[in-house]
Amino acid sequence: MHAIRAARPPRWKCPPGKPERFAVLTAEGVAVFRGERLVFRDVSLAVPVGGALILAGANGSGKSTLLRMLAGLVRPAAGLVLWDGADAFADLAQHGERVAYLGHQDAVKPGLTVTENLHFAAAVSRRPIPAALEAVGLEALADLPSRMLSAGQKRRLAIARLVLSTAALWLLDEPTLGLDTASIDRFGSLLGRHRQGGGIVVAATHVPLPLPGATELRLS
Amino acid sequence: MRIFWAVLARDLRLSLRHGADTLAALLFFMVTASLFPLAIGPAPDTLGRIAPGIVWVCALLAALLPLDRLFGADLDDGSLDLLLLSGLPAFGIAAAKSLSHWVVTGVPLLLAAGPVAIMLRMPQDAIPVLLLGLLLGSLLLSLFGTMAASIVLGARRGGVLLPLLVLPLVTPVLIFGAAAADAAAGGFSARPHLLLLAAMLAAALPLCPLAAGAGLRAAVE
Repeated sequence: MHAIRAARPPRWKCPPGKPERFAVLTAEGVAVFRGERLVFRDVSLAVPVGGALILAGANGSGKSTLLRMLAGLVRPAAGLVLWDGADAFADLAQHGERVAYLGHQDAVKPGLTVTENLHFAAAVSRRPIPAALEAVGLEALADLPSRMLSAGQKRRLAIARLVLSTAALWLLDEPTLGLDTASIDRFGSLLGRHRQGGGIVVAATHVPLPLPGATELRLS
Repeated sequence: MRIFWAVLARDLRLSLRHGADTLAALLFFMVTASLFPLAIGPAPDTLGRIAPGIVWVCALLAALLPLDRLFGADLDDGSLDLLLLSGLPAFGIAAAKSLSHWVVTGVPLLLAAGPVAIMLRMPQDAIPVLLLGLLLGSLLLSLFGTMAASIVLGARRGGVLLPLLVLPLVTPVLIFGAAAADAAAGGFSARPHLLLLAAMLAAALPLCPLAAGAGLRAAVE
């Protein structure tokens, strides 16, 4: 079991408004069980403001589980996850507001149109839907029932949900699955903009992602 | 609270789009209730006496139908993860789902219960009491149903397990609901029965969403 530390975990809360390089998201010695099986243990990570972390590893090495754990959906059996130096999971609902999660499922309802699929995310964040659709290049399909979308277009619709969210922590599970090269480029600029705004990206992937300067955590 | 209404709006929009599923419970209610005169015979005094029981049992069974998909579809396509990460606590999600189940299933059943009761020759002055009891009862059914649906979520034979879990829980509701209508039909006061139903609702209103929220958290893990 390998674990790396990308940066020193913070011992104090960062002063607000400073372009600090201290880690905002840290995990120390976390372990997760799925049923009876130990998925991983002793995983530590730290991601600074504007930073990116790529989770690598073979199939079944626990990348998705680690992402779900960081989202607060799966409880760690041991260890600590800190956000800005405080226990991230003290209030799960509040942690949910910090997280935008792109799972390997797109959560697209086939019976709703492309725009209607985003209504809920837009209602939560109060951001405009057309701008989000434009960011993923789906503006021409806004009124199409989403059962007509291709797999890649459904993925882009799920990415539009990230654009709508105001969360600082993006947790991405194989985000570019099914995307064409133009969409990957567009996704890269979205990631860049999110990081420039101080956001954090943690992504599980097998293919290279447009995340310059990202650290890598290899699970085994 | 804003997210609560957003969850509700999302669910109502989905129910509207899948109108057939929404209508199924209502049609089931009307069809099963109309089987009784065929099986028992149309004698007005027999039918009228058992009408409250028929309406209650049929409404209860009809309300069970959509519970299976209440969270099932959202769990299957990953939407449930996003709902739980929306910033609304899990019990808030469960409460919104209960309310949407009530609006989509409980209210139509309530509207259909009057005509069905008349069809079964129920004494007319007892019908308002029956409906009042059903108003409380349908809310209780939605709350208990949501709780049970979240508990069996992810279980392999969840659909079979669901009625076995819900029906014993709602027997007190059935007893006092039918008793209220019976009392009114017999010229007694229905007040104590209705008050007991209201007391159950007061207890279930905070407790069921809490339990359902814990069930949802466990289901996505």
